[in-house]
Amino acid sequence: MNNRKINLLVDSMKLLLILLIALVLVATIIFSVSKEPANALYNFFIGPFLSPRRIGNILEGAFPLMFTSLAVMLIFGAGQFSMIAEGSFFIGSTAAMALSISLGLPAVLHPIVCILGGGAAGALVAAVPALLKRKWQVSEVVTSIMMNYVVQFFAIYLVTYHYREMSSSSLASLKLADTSLLPKLVHGTNIHLGGVLAILLCVFCWFFIYRSKFGFQLRVTGCNPRFAHYVGIRESGVMVGAQLIAGCIAGMGGSVELLGMYNRFKWTASPGYGWTGIVVALLAKDNPLMVPLSACFIAYINTGANIMAMNSDVSSEMAQIIQGVIMLLIASGALLHRWRQKLVVEAAQKEQAQAAAAEAARA
Amino acid sequence: MSGVEALRMEHITKVYPNGVIANQDVTFAVNRGEIHALSGENGAGKSTLMKMLFGEEQPTSGDIYIGGEKSVISSSAAAIRLGIGMVHQHFMLVPSLSVMDNMILGMEPTRGIVINRRLAEQQVKRISEQYNLQVPPHAKIRDLSVGQKQKVEILKALLHGARILILDEPTAVLTPQETRELFRELKILKNDGYTIIFISHKLNEVRELCDRITIIRHGRTMGVYPVSEVSEEEISRLMVGRDVILNIEKTPAKPGEPVLSVRELTVKDSPTHVLVNSVSFCARRGEIFGVAGVEGNGQSELVRVLTRNLDFSGGSVSVLGRDIRTLSIAQLRRLRVSHIPEDRMTIGIAGSLSITENAIADKSADPDFCTRAGLLKRKNIRAYGKKITERYRVLCKSPDVPVSSLSGGNIQKVVLARELSSEPELVIADQPTRGVDVGATEFIHKELIGLRDEGKCVFLVSSDLNELLGLADRLIVLCGGAVAAYFPDTARVSEEDLGRYMLGIDCQTPEQIGGAVK
Repeated sequence: MNNRKINLLVDSMKLLLILLIALVLVATIIFSVSKEPANALYNFFIGPFLSPRRIGNILEGAFPLMFTSLAVMLIFGAGQFSMIAEGSFFIGSTAAMALSISLGLPAVLHPIVCILGGGAAGALVAAVPALLKRKWQVSEVVTSIMMNYVVQFFAIYLVTYHYREMSSSSLASLKLADTSLLPKLVHGTNIHLGGVLAILLCVFCWFFIYRSKFGFQLRVTGCNPRFAHYVGIRESGVMVGAQLIAGCIAGMGGSVELLGMYNRFKWTASPGYGWTGIVVALLAKDNPLMVPLSACFIAYINTGANIMAMNSDVSSEMAQIIQGVIMLLIASGALLHRWRQKLVVEAAQKEQAQAAAAEAARA
Repeated sequence: MSGVEALRMEHITKVYPNGVIANQDVTFAVNRGEIHALSGENGAGKSTLMKMLFGEEQPTSGDIYIGGEKSVISSSAAAIRLGIGMVHQHFMLVPSLSVMDNMILGMEPTRGIVINRRLAEQQVKRISEQYNLQVPPHAKIRDLSVGQKQKVEILKALLHGARILILDEPTAVLTPQETRELFRELKILKNDGYTIIFISHKLNEVRELCDRITIIRHGRTMGVYPVSEVSEEEISRLMVGRDVILNIEKTPAKPGEPVLSVRELTVKDSPTHVLVNSVSFCARRGEIFGVAGVEGNGQSELVRVLTRNLDFSGGSVSVLGRDIRTLSIAQLRRLRVSHIPEDRMTIGIAGSLSITENAIADKSADPDFCTRAGLLKRKNIRAYGKKITERYRVLCKSPDVPVSSLSGGNIQKVVLARELSSEPELVIADQPTRGVDVGATEFIHKELIGLRDEGKCVFLVSSDLNELLGLADRLIVLCGGAVAAYFPDTARVSEEDLGRYMLGIDCQTPEQIGGAVK
């Protein structure tokens, strides 16, 4: 067994163990709060698979997470800790709303313009913490979080004062132009064309990070910025570039979510996909190709929690708790490390013995 | 020699989590009251063995006996309790604290909840007088010379009750004068019954100082010998596994046109604090131009200016005919200026990336490795990684493993491989063989001389005076940021001469120094 196989084995066992612990914890919590725990558990774990519409819910829920987690992956990959994916996502949907309502364009062109506009808006917002860091070494963690609030209230201002549907009692925008909406792909669900874009972006990001020159420079910078500087990579340029691309992807995600799932802009607060995107990115372990899977897993938990909240006496706040538990467990890198060490030692000794035997045979 | 064993490490095997076998069935024993050399190539497993003795790593199997008793050394605190002290190559001192504070760190004598400073001072004074290791107890560590810092480290270990001292390449940073002083002090300690483990690559020092030598190669013991009974050639053969040429051989230089021209260069870090003071020289094609000096006398600032990492306040620098102020680091590299940094373990590598990726990090825009559209040419890159790991004999399972999984010496080889294999016109080599074993040192020396003979220019900063005098064709000595001496012919200079100028005892006239710009 070589090291790669050992790592794969230990990592997959670790993932299973994390899931198992999570399940036990979920079950424990449910048993302690519910009068009908069996029903609640059934709804939570099995519920999401019971109808095509619910399976659709999982996938639809995964799409926005795929965009934001790709953005997080790019930003973290460059060694930056900007939390701007949230703000970029929200400004992206706001821009898409504005473009959808105010432009009159033919069907195919309209959503493309909206999505590109959303991407541009997302990049613009992400540029703020990136440039502040580059110019004045302001911590991007702080500025990005503050920026998220600026974005949120700006978006709500725009909807309230410029695009509001006056006849509606709750806050909602005017109707989005039909020409701009993304077509549904599967009858009876809300699975929309944006999902295809999300998957394409995952492949693109993988290719970009692991096969392109800029991606290589990004990985070098993320690993050791002083080294990047020393070999002549413009490391601050790479950091800013990565955040712009990430902002663009998150912004496109916001547009796609709006145009695929809604006919009006109805959010009254930032929806939190940027934050959940961090969990998804952690779970996918720096590999964009794993993003669809890990996004689906988190979306499955969210869907399960929703169904459980609807059909049993357990509230949907459970989902938040379970997500938190899973995040803590993922962060526990040293889990099973003794076992890994034992396997490594055995493999190394076996290899040594084989080499010795080969030597003896030659002599 | 008393013949009583101070420590014995028996059948030690260590496998790191990445599968690297650092030590295999190593047995290492040291007698009380001896100075025992531990020698081996980079990556042979010396540091790992010592880390296990000092409790920083745990053996996978095998036993450690201290004073005849089987001991488990679970942490460096446990090692200190067992009377083991270690002086690391990179000093473990807090620069902003005083000598005394550093020495009592971790064992502060207290009165109630406050530190008993008077008692601490007495202890520090007593121990430094007892062993005649004089250090100013109230000076800040950052104001001390390297040699003094080392004394503080040794005193600290003694104060913490060490009877066994591990010194990891202690002479790498010292001038010849300081080295002699250290040896004198170590011999005093030995006569007082202390046991000293001396890790070194420098065979002449081993010969001068040590009683016995243990040699390890590829993680296995190659034998224990009384130093008086083996020759330096034999030792290096056992270490490397082949004959090594210890003397640097080269033909006379044929200097060509200027490559690096520095005029009245001045660097200040504040209006009054001058780091480099009006330094002028000119390095040419086909020669190795050396810079000598005690560390901290402006060499590192000079190198940082020449590699475009530091701006300067006065004078001019031109590289291959271009004013350096108009160039970026990337442009400098495109002009084929290579830089072997002194601090290569921190700025010279990206640890979690592979050997191959580290090797091409400066060449990612090179048409050999990258298409016009910005995609990497993976086949070429992989072939290149394979080629240079073989050529530079980087000890690894494959060129795809992360650099951080290699031993220190092999990490250095990756840096050297990248810098020397990019067809440089000018190599700025800052301590190129520090921490590198004899075999690799020989190889680096040959490479540098080879580049010189091809008509390239090598700018060499080194604190190994033997290396400097052997390699450099001409050299300057820096002291206090200014040129203290210029030697147009290194063949007629001794290490002692250099030492006098390095320590500021002597200084040449401006006319003599002015010769450096020719």
